[in-house]
Parts: sequence; C-alpha cells; structure tokens
Amino acid sequence: MNWRDLIRWERMPHILCPGCGNGTILNVLVRALAEKFEAGELDPDRTVLVSGIGCSSRLPGYVRLDSLHTTHGRPLAFATGLKLANPDLEIIVLTGDGDAAAIGGNHLIHAARRNLDVTVICSNNLIYGMTGGQVSPTTPEGAKSTTTPYGNPEPPFDLCELVMGAGAPHVERWTTAHPQQLKRAIHRALERDGFSFIDVLSQCPTNYGRRNDLKSPREMLEWLRENTSTKDEPGKIRIGILRDEERKPFHERVHELIEEVSGDEEGG
Amino acid sequence: MSGRVEFLQGNEACAEGAIAAGCRFFAGYPITPSTEIAERMSERLPEVGGVYVQMEDEIGSLAAVIGASWAGVKAMTATSGPGFSLMQEHMSFAAMTETPCVVVNVQRGGPSTGQPTKASQSDVMQARWGGHGDYEVVALAPSTVQEMYDLTVECFNWAERLRVPAVLLADEVVGHMRERVILREDVETVDRELPEEGEEVREPFPLEPDDLVPPMPVFGRGHRVHVTGLTHDERGYPATDDPEVHRRLVRRLCNKVRKRARRIHESVGYDLIERESDLALVAYGGCARTVLEAAEELNATVFRPRVIHPFDPDLVRRLLDGYEVLVVEMNLGQYVEMIERALDAECVHALEYPGGYPPTPERVIEEAERLQG
Ligand SMILES: Cc1ncc(C[n+]2csc(CCOP(=O)(O)OP(=O)(O)O)c2C)c(N)n1
Ligand code: SF4
Repeated sequence: MNWRDLIRWERMPHILCPGCGNGTILNVLVRALAEKFEAGELDPDRTVLVSGIGCSSRLPGYVRLDSLHTTHGRPLAFATGLKLANPDLEIIVLTGDGDAAAIGGNHLIHAARRNLDVTVICSNNLIYGMTGGQVSPTTPEGAKSTTTPYGNPEPPFDLCELVMGAGAPHVERWTTAHPQQLKRAIHRALERDGFSFIDVLSQCPTNYGRRNDLKSPREMLEWLRENTSTKDEPGKIRIGILRDEERKPFHERVHELIEEVSGDEEGG
Repeated sequence: MSGRVEFLQGNEACAEGAIAAGCRFFAGYPITPSTEIAERMSERLPEVGGVYVQMEDEIGSLAAVIGASWAGVKAMTATSGPGFSLMQEHMSFAAMTETPCVVVNVQRGGPSTGQPTKASQSDVMQARWGGHGDYEVVALAPSTVQEMYDLTVECFNWAERLRVPAVLLADEVVGHMRERVILREDVETVDRELPEEGEEVREPFPLEPDDLVPPMPVFGRGHRVHVTGLTHDERGYPATDDPEVHRRLVRRLCNKVRKRARRIHESVGYDLIERESDLALVAYGGCARTVLEAAEELNATVFRPRVIHPFDPDLVRRLLDGYEVLVVEMNLGQYVEMIERALDAECVHALEYPGGYPPTPERVIEEAERLQG
C-alpha cells in the first residue's frame, strides 16, 4: 500500500502552521503504517487512531482509518475501552505534551501501569500550541510563554522517566529532526505487545520558537539536532531507545481471567 | 413475566438488568451509594464473557465506556453525585458523537460531597443539561427494585435505538432497598443498526437521516470513519465555522429525542391512578413510594412518570389539566419546573424535601391538606 492512499486528501489543506513539527510526525506515521499494511503485518481495517485535543491531536482526522478524536487529555481512557472491548484492534494514540501530561497525566500513568497495549506518539513541542502558546508541563524552566511572560518558574516533566516510573515496558525518545529513526521507532512500537511510548520532541515555531529566540523552523530543527544525543552526554537531552522490555499486556490478562471464569461457569 | 424470582438490593437488580440487556463492558469508580453495582458487575461480567475495569476516575470511566461502545459492545458505568459531575464532559461528548451508553446515577444529597449515604433527587436537571452545549438524553427514574432491573434494560434499549447516553436516574432509596424481583428472561433487547461490514462509510453523520438516527459504523469493520467531538459535517469532518452545519447538527441531536417524547413515555410507561378529587400528586423515583401511599389516604389522583427526560408537556397537560397539582421531590424544586411549564403555574405546588429521606406519607398528607385548607 502506498502512503498516499492513507491520506484524506479531501481534507487538505490541513490546519497546521508552515514548518510545524506535527507535519513531520504525520508524514512519518503514514509511511510507517503503509509499510506495515503492505507487509501484511497490520490490517488497516483493524487499525484505529485515537487522539485528545490540541494541534497534534488533529492528525488522525487526516488519515483514512477509523479514528476517534476525543476530549482534552483523555484519549488513553477511551483507548482503554476500545482495546478491552475488542482486543483485535491495533490502537495508536496521538497526543501532545499538555494533553498527555497535564490534563491527561492521570490516564497516562495508569495506562502505563496497566500495560495497555497501545502505541502512544506524544508530540512534545514544550508548549500549548492550539490555544496560542501557554506554558505546559514540559516547558523548560525560564522559557517564555504567553502565561510565563517573565520566564517559566516551574521545572518540567521528563515524560519518558514518568512513564517508565509507572511501568511502561517500551519507551523511546526522538525528535522531528530524526524522521528515519522515528519511523523505525514507530515500527518497533507497533510490533511490541504492551504500552509503547514515543516522546517526539517537536517544533512549534508559531508559539514557542518565536518567543524563545528560535526564529524559524529550521533553527528549531538545528537546536533539536545539536542538543540531543543517543549517548549520555552532559547538557544534552538523551534520545533513542530508553527501555525495551516485555510484560504481559492488560487486555491479555483481562481476557484470560474472563476465559477462566466463564469456562468454570459453563463447566459447572 | 417469566424469570427467576430473587430477593435483591436495587443496585444488584440494576447490574442484573444490564447483563440481561446485553451489557458486556463496565468501567467505573467506586462511590456510595452506587458501589454495589460495580461490585456485582465485576463478579457477573466475566461469567458471561464481559469486561469489567475499574478506572482511575469517573472521567476515565465514561471515556472507556464510550470507547467500548465504538468497539461495538454495549457498555455502562455507575456513579453518584460527585462522580456524575466528573462525567459531564463525556455526557456531552457521547451526545455529540452519538454514542449509545448507559450511565447510572444513584443520587445522593449534594452539593459537593453532601450526604454520601442518603437519598436525593437533586441531579434531575444535571442529568439533562449537566454537560455543555445543546443536547438531549433519555433519563428514567425507577421506584422499585423490579424497576431497577426493568428500566436498566429500557435505558440500554433507548440508548441503542437513539444513539444517545441514557441515564438511569436512581436514588439511594431504590439503590439500597431489598425487594422481591423477577429477573425476567423474556426481556426485549434492542441493538443499534450497523452499516454493512467492510463498506467504507462516506457519510456517517448525515444531516437528515431516516428517523434522525444514522446507523453506527463501529470501529474495526472497515468503515474508515472519523469521529470527533468538534462540530462535524455529514462526512464526520470538523466544520466548526459554518453556522448552518452547527445548527442542523444540534437540532438533530435534540430532535431525535424530543420528537419521540410521547413514544418513549408510552413505551416505558407511567402510573396514573385517577380518583374523584381536585388534587393530583406527582412524584417519581424512590420518593414516589410514600407519595402513592399518601394519595390513597387522601383519595387523590397520582401521577408517577418513569421517564424524566425527555419531558412530554402534552402528556402532562392531558393527564393533569384542571387539577391542583402537588409535586413531591427530594430536592429544592427541579421536576416541578417542568410541570409548571406544562400547566397553569398557579395550580402547581411543590413539597420540596431535601435532607436524605423521602417525606413520610403523613408529611405529604399534611402538605396536601394545607394546600386545600
Ligand atoms: C477540558 C479542556 N480544557 C482546555 C481546553 C483548551 N485546550 C485545547 S488544546 C489545549 C492545549 C494543547 O496543548 P498540547 O496538548 O501540548 O497540544 P498542541 O496543541 O501543542 O499540539 C488546551 C488547553 C480544552 N479543549 N478542553
Ligand atoms: S500552533 Fe504550533 S503546534 Fe500548532 S500548528 Fe502551529 S506550529 Fe504547530
């Protein structure tokens, strides 16, 4: 299957600003999916995109698959119902840093704890893009936003540490300056049974770059390349595969239990 | 009525009704006085091949229920006041995305944490419009343990027929009381209409479908639909700037319920005991039990609706026009406002009785005599 067949072309042009990192994420995602469908490893009729609210959460609406665009912060709770009710669905959750870690933080840690079998792609642009650039739980200390005009007094969350602390078995961090690596990460996440979390550092030129001395999308991508490393280097953000383990996914445990109980019922 | 006779608590009967209606998914968060529903579901669902999950809060509970419904499974949650408040964003989302689901609210006294173990009927208005935006739901109020069973089934059936969230507006009185109940085996169950499997559905949200309710393209069957809480056109695509698209959408969401008000009341039923009297008592839910007794004593007519929403003003006018009407409810006046809009407001009176217990028949009689005095 060609990735072009996966786009809802009638919805173009999309709403994203020029140079937005979400464009890269969409691009990489549909290519990864098309490869999986082509190889027969995934069934497009059973692949579902779920998202919350934010610029990043608009991406599912451009992809020709079943998709549920939910409420701010809650896509993982919706995904919990979808997956448990129909374990045959392959679910990809698209979310933002505000969506996943502020209003949705509770669902995030509990989905990781349960080991819900979903692939979470978090477009982490360090800001609330959709609402015009307010501070988020991943905004760096000191950074400017429309609600931290004197600089952010709060320390940020490391989302990967957060979900690993909650038990997520497969966690990676990449950036929109690493599209090839990101695509491979999405492949791995789709192959893993269980909670896969990909933290994608992404650029919001309109609402973050402009206020923080990163004048253009190109400058922001350079910043992402220069300030990240796949090795532990002082002063750099660690990217790469941060954890890759196996743990029985939630739906399997639930359905085993159901089989045990309902089998007993029929038998006795 | 054929079925198994049992002696059950209202909340247990509700869980049994859900299972009989075909519910195979429950997500919830414990809260008094509804918890026994979750407990019973956690035991019963696995026996019938269904899924029980305790979520991290009530916001997530209704989200999971809506997710399960889009996976094609009948789903329910149960809660009380504070939890019902937390669910409102997703009541609104379920209404907008036309997701069949059932929300049980075993009402307790509020505001806030209020009276956790006591009865109340103070969520009558919240049940209808607690979420944001223009929408309508179906809400049914049981007065007996048998009705906790039967009306739970009705909630599922109306949710499936109309693709709406349906609320079982119970209260602590009926939730916790124990009575004889027939777990009927012959319940009529309704399943949502589905599009042909494997067919791409290009217009999942037609502006004017037959009966105002389009078939539901559940996920995983090749329909390739986009479902959003944003104002959407017939393709399901966001269309937030077109006033006409929004108007037509919300009008349909409301009309598919409002235009069936009479049918819903007739099909779910109501009690009307007519007596030679100028006085008619009106009550619903747990509170109606003592009011029925008082009416007999007073030799007054009594009307007990089972359907709280949608309200049917024509029906109320037909049944109660010409009476002095006394509405008795465990709140400071909610259902009475709807009755006032249907009848000559001067003839409508209220015994407003918050506090945790229904008024005794004596208290109702005293109020009626004072009125007639
Ligand atoms: C309950 C609720 N609160 C607030 C909002 C407003 N809102 C919409 S998007 C958003 C933040 C989005 O930020 P993020 O998740 O980081 O996504 P981005 O737009 O940056 O991709 C907020 C606060 C909302 N839609 N719903
Ligand atoms: S506001 Fe930022 S995140 Fe949103 S589309 Fe524009 S650049 Fe992208």
